[in-house]
Amino acid sequence: MEILVCVKRVPDTAENEFELNSDGNDLDRDDLVYSVNEWDNYAVEEAIQIVDDKGGNVTVVTVGDDESEEVLRREMAMGANNGVLLSDDAFEGADGKGIAGILKAEIESGKYDLILTGAQADEGAGQVGGMLAAMLDLPYASLVNKIEVIDDSKISVGREIEGGNQEMNEIELPCVLSIQTGINEPRYVGIRGIRKVASVEIPVKGASDLGVDPAVVGADGAKTKRVDYFVPELGDGAEMLEGSTEEIIEKLIEKLKAKGGL
Amino acid sequence: MADIFAYVPHKVGVVEDIAYEYPDAAAKIDTGAAVTAIVTGTGADLDKACETLTGYYKEVIKVDQAELSYPNAEIIRKVLVNIVPAGAIVLAPHDTFGMDLAPGLSVKMDAGYAADIVDIEGTDGSDLKLVRQELGGAVSTHVTCDSSSGAVLTIRPGAFTPAEDASAGGSVTDKSGDAGDLSSKRTFVEVVEAEVGDVDITKSDVLVSIGRGIEDEENIEVAQELADAMGAVVSCSRPIVDAKWLEKSRQVGTSGQTVKPKVYLAMGISGSFQHMGGVKGNPFIVAVNKNAKAPIFQVADVGIVEDILDFMPELTEAIEDL
Ligand SMILES: Cc1cc2nc3c(=O)[nH]c(=O)nc-3n(C[C@H](O)[C@H](O)[C@H](O)COP(=O)(O)OP(=O)(O)OC[C@H]3O[C@@H](n4cnc5c(N)ncnc54)[C@H](O)[C@@H]3O)c2cc1C
Repeated sequence: MEILVCVKRVPDTAENEFELNSDGNDLDRDDLVYSVNEWDNYAVEEAIQIVDDKGGNVTVVTVGDDESEEVLRREMAMGANNGVLLSDDAFEGADGKGIAGILKAEIESGKYDLILTGAQADEGAGQVGGMLAAMLDLPYASLVNKIEVIDDSKISVGREIEGGNQEMNEIELPCVLSIQTGINEPRYVGIRGIRKVASVEIPVKGASDLGVDPAVVGADGAKTKRVDYFVPELGDGAEMLEGSTEEIIEKLIEKLKAKGGL
Repeated sequence: MADIFAYVPHKVGVVEDIAYEYPDAAAKIDTGAAVTAIVTGTGADLDKACETLTGYYKEVIKVDQAELSYPNAEIIRKVLVNIVPAGAIVLAPHDTFGMDLAPGLSVKMDAGYAADIVDIEGTDGSDLKLVRQELGGAVSTHVTCDSSSGAVLTIRPGAFTPAEDASAGGSVTDKSGDAGDLSSKRTFVEVVEAEVGDVDITKSDVLVSIGRGIEDEENIEVAQELADAMGAVVSCSRPIVDAKWLEKSRQVGTSGQTVKPKVYLAMGISGSFQHMGGVKGNPFIVAVNKNAKAPIFQVADVGIVEDILDFMPELTEAIEDL
């Protein structure tokens, strides 16, 4: 099976405290720690497991700048066979549809049985997989937490639905799936693994290589635009307990007693 | 402004809560907009859903087809493309169904798309002025979405004020005949119900809930000791279950359990809407987090900026000494 996994380099929510810049309209990006989107690791792991079992290749692709190459290498260290970086100044300001349009061009230049994305990334939209499927006229399933290959033409997929229930479907190949966390246990990647793929050539393709029109996939074609970032004033927020740990614990115990927590 | 169509999911005829929240979202786009509910399914269940909806919407469109008895987003997307006029604004829920349906719908309608909308600030020409969040709720953003050729928006459940007045006296239009081709390359097989675990977190009045801040499987013991001292039960956020450190039945959130405790201790949990969506009944929420800017502090009653691995053992000791 030939599997393509779309991945993204994102600010790591576990490693950063997000602050606005001095103008208050963007994140202060100077010291942000980036990593591969959490959901994408599950997608790559799933692809590797399918290929280990059924044969084929895993290709990882991302739309991004030069620095995005590092996430491709990380996923190749996990076991993906190939990486492709789609990069062009003209892609800047692309919205979800722009990104999907760029990926579509790359997908059409190859032949894939299965296309995976993470269920969502840093923006929390969860949009690229579904858009890609619609653009390619392929069947789609989101939030997939189980995959079983039935034969060359169809697979069984479980989708996570509300309350932890699972919706089982049969879906024809080729198809697009967005992968939910928990579907597997992504393997650990050590420094050694990264070193092994450090010198592997990763092709870079721009708008003209892909034959996409920057006026459609770039900022000019974007119907959805982020205006600014801000921190909302949400009610009063929590009453923050301050002082030494001992003092805090004393105050907390009083409150817990009053509220029935003790 | 364009007409607005709200897709309403239902389970055996009981409409989902988002049905009551769409009118507020639509009014925030344009107070004068005509809002039509669309509901799909079959038979008596569908009619029951329509009956409810006529209380809140002047116009309700129903599509009754056997193929729609289970809400397969792949099929419903095709139906909506046939039924919704070009250039309209479509609202769907930002949940596991809406995430399946809506991005592809915007492509097929050649419309703008914006997901997980938490607030709407009117329009500027054909631009919808929207508010959403990024990075798990750590930051908010203002977004514009050009609706000149239509727009599809997914609305965060619980973010808009539910309508209470059920006196719209609306009418139902049957568009079953316009549904079009209902074939699909994805076939629904069955729903597998979540497994029941050994501990029922929904029965406990006090929950010590741990998130990724617990850092290591071995540290769960520290939370268990605190829970034991308080007579509480340990629950958790999703990453703890993904890592297989605790059973799925301990997970609080939209894809886990809905809990209604009296007191909820969120230990090293950032406060994503999917997590907080499972915390109901307005409990007293205590959040302990080492990041003073964690979104959980916006929804908690009491906040403490500490490392939970240091704080929990000290709290346990103090409670045991009482
Ligand atoms: C469709 C869908 C459904 C989902 N359903 C659910 C669901 O049902 N339940 C759920 O929980 N999530 C769910 N999620 C995931 C959700 O979006 C978040 O990713 C998740 O809730 C984050 O869990 P967390 O708060 O534990 O981790 P993080 O967001 O990583 O937060 C960890 C927090 O711990 C703090 N911290 C770290 N170390 C320490 C320490 N030593 N002491 C104190 N604080 C510390 C950090 O500052 C941070 O705030 C779902 C996602 C999707 C897409």
